[in-house]
Amino acid sequence: MIDSLDQIFVLLQHWLVNFLPASWQGAASVLINAAAIVCVFPALFAVAVWLERKGLGRMQNRLGPNRVGPYGLLQPIADGIKSLTKEDIVPLSADAAVHFLAPVLLVVTAFMGFAVLPMGRNMVLVDLDAGLLFYFAMGASTELAVFMAGWSSRNKYSLLGAMRAVAQMISYEVVLLLSSVVVVMMAGSLSLTKIVEAQNHYTWGFPHWYIFTPWGLAGFVMYAIAATAETNRSPFDLPEGESELVAGYHTEYSGFKFALFFLGEYVAMFSISGLGTTLFLGGWSAPFSFLTSVPSWIWFFSKLMLSIFVFIWMRGTLPRLRQDQLMNFAWKFVLPMCLLNLMVAAVWRFMGDGWLRWVVCSAILLLAYAAMGWGEMRRGKIGPRSYRYAE
Amino acid sequence: MGHGAFSSGLGKGVLPMSLVFYLIAALTVAGGLASMVLKNTVHCALALTVAFAGLALFFLNLDAQFAGFAQILVYIGAVAILVVFAILLTKGSETPKDGVFSRTWLAGLAVAAAVFAVLGWAILHTAPMLPGATPAPAVTVQQIGQALIGRYVLPLEIVAVLLTAALIGAVIVAMHEKEGTK
Repeated sequence: MIDSLDQIFVLLQHWLVNFLPASWQGAASVLINAAAIVCVFPALFAVAVWLERKGLGRMQNRLGPNRVGPYGLLQPIADGIKSLTKEDIVPLSADAAVHFLAPVLLVVTAFMGFAVLPMGRNMVLVDLDAGLLFYFAMGASTELAVFMAGWSSRNKYSLLGAMRAVAQMISYEVVLLLSSVVVVMMAGSLSLTKIVEAQNHYTWGFPHWYIFTPWGLAGFVMYAIAATAETNRSPFDLPEGESELVAGYHTEYSGFKFALFFLGEYVAMFSISGLGTTLFLGGWSAPFSFLTSVPSWIWFFSKLMLSIFVFIWMRGTLPRLRQDQLMNFAWKFVLPMCLLNLMVAAVWRFMGDGWLRWVVCSAILLLAYAAMGWGEMRRGKIGPRSYRYAE
Repeated sequence: MGHGAFSSGLGKGVLPMSLVFYLIAALTVAGGLASMVLKNTVHCALALTVAFAGLALFFLNLDAQFAGFAQILVYIGAVAILVVFAILLTKGSETPKDGVFSRTWLAGLAVAAAVFAVLGWAILHTAPMLPGATPAPAVTVQQIGQALIGRYVLPLEIVAVLLTAALIGAVIVAMHEKEGTK
């Protein structure tokens, strides 16, 4: 019973596929899986938007949406209908073809990442040998879509937003890759299913997730920073900074094309949270060994929604960074720490079992963190705020 | 979301291999041609990206996962972005008034045709010299990694040093300019 509940979606898919002749079954099962992904995540998107508006409202001491349905729960449907019925305005001087292609490309590449994410036991669309590489290849392609959107609009705010977005995404992609490489070093595989399996062991009821090791914790923190920047979320939402750039690269988009950008942003957030879950939080494995009877997909999606909540929380809490702060942070702090973390992971690997490696690895990381902070303080970079123009 | 559904279904080939090949070839050639013929430089860069994507699909079609994904990651994710940045920052994005074709296009065409003929001739003449029909080796990403770290570690390190030098050089050039303008 428990097993069939765990595998309910896999069994459902087999049941559906068995209605077809044998020669069609392979293609049909791929189609069904893809359709499931394309249906589930937009539904989650609706939930997440409601959650975000309600959560931000709570943090800002207001009610948030409360008119449509109980607790404003039907708000996403109203928003969807609104964006479908709005006029689709394309600026006269815009490059119509590229202007049209940009949101499509963004959403397609954002969805592609889910193809390799294991969302439960035996629940992965394509179990690629180089799954992580595929994920990053798709992630890199979204930058081009952002550029296309900004450039084709023929609007200086759009172009500035796109330039900022691309510069930011390229800088933080380096960090994202380097912080994930640690996991690959430890698991010895680029396949995401193998990475989850490597973490799916328990000692005294506690799981062997990579976040519970010194290098894993450091890697996870840096991954989370890079993921926030990659998805252009606050505090790294400069490309869409309302006070400076109207809406950044999607200023000139209206109606359903704007909704596609909105969807693309959230889908990217889901997929990057899903990857973080897979790499550091044990993917679909349960947090305690006595909870392993709970279906694996519940764990995956719980961890995913928890990450989304943290994204919302950060948006409600932190102020936006400045462009130079953003770049300095990426290249002068996070990147050196990532490189150090690679060394620490190697030390961990070759010190063998025992308590000593815990002490040594934690000490190296903490000392480096403290030394970098101390160095910055001594150089007098931190002091009372000074204004250049607004005095 | 059945495990291994992909390998059992598409692996055997829903479509014949040659049809897939011709589709990708058409896409790649169309991208390459468009990148020469289009008037707007940014359009050309985007068309070039299509050609890059087509090449990546070729690698994937040949089961070379690493080469295919690296092609997407490096060429679409980095080189294409670099190209459009360079175009935008050098005021080259305006459409030229007097057409995109150079006055010496006939000579260019002749040179290109000659190079293509030599390459084609070389490829056609080496094919029969290869020892029989050896099956394509199935190389996993792991094997490539081990070869890079084991046997080919020296070339890898040399490339790494070269790239680091290039990076430092770029930073120095940028820094120098900034001091000059102050």
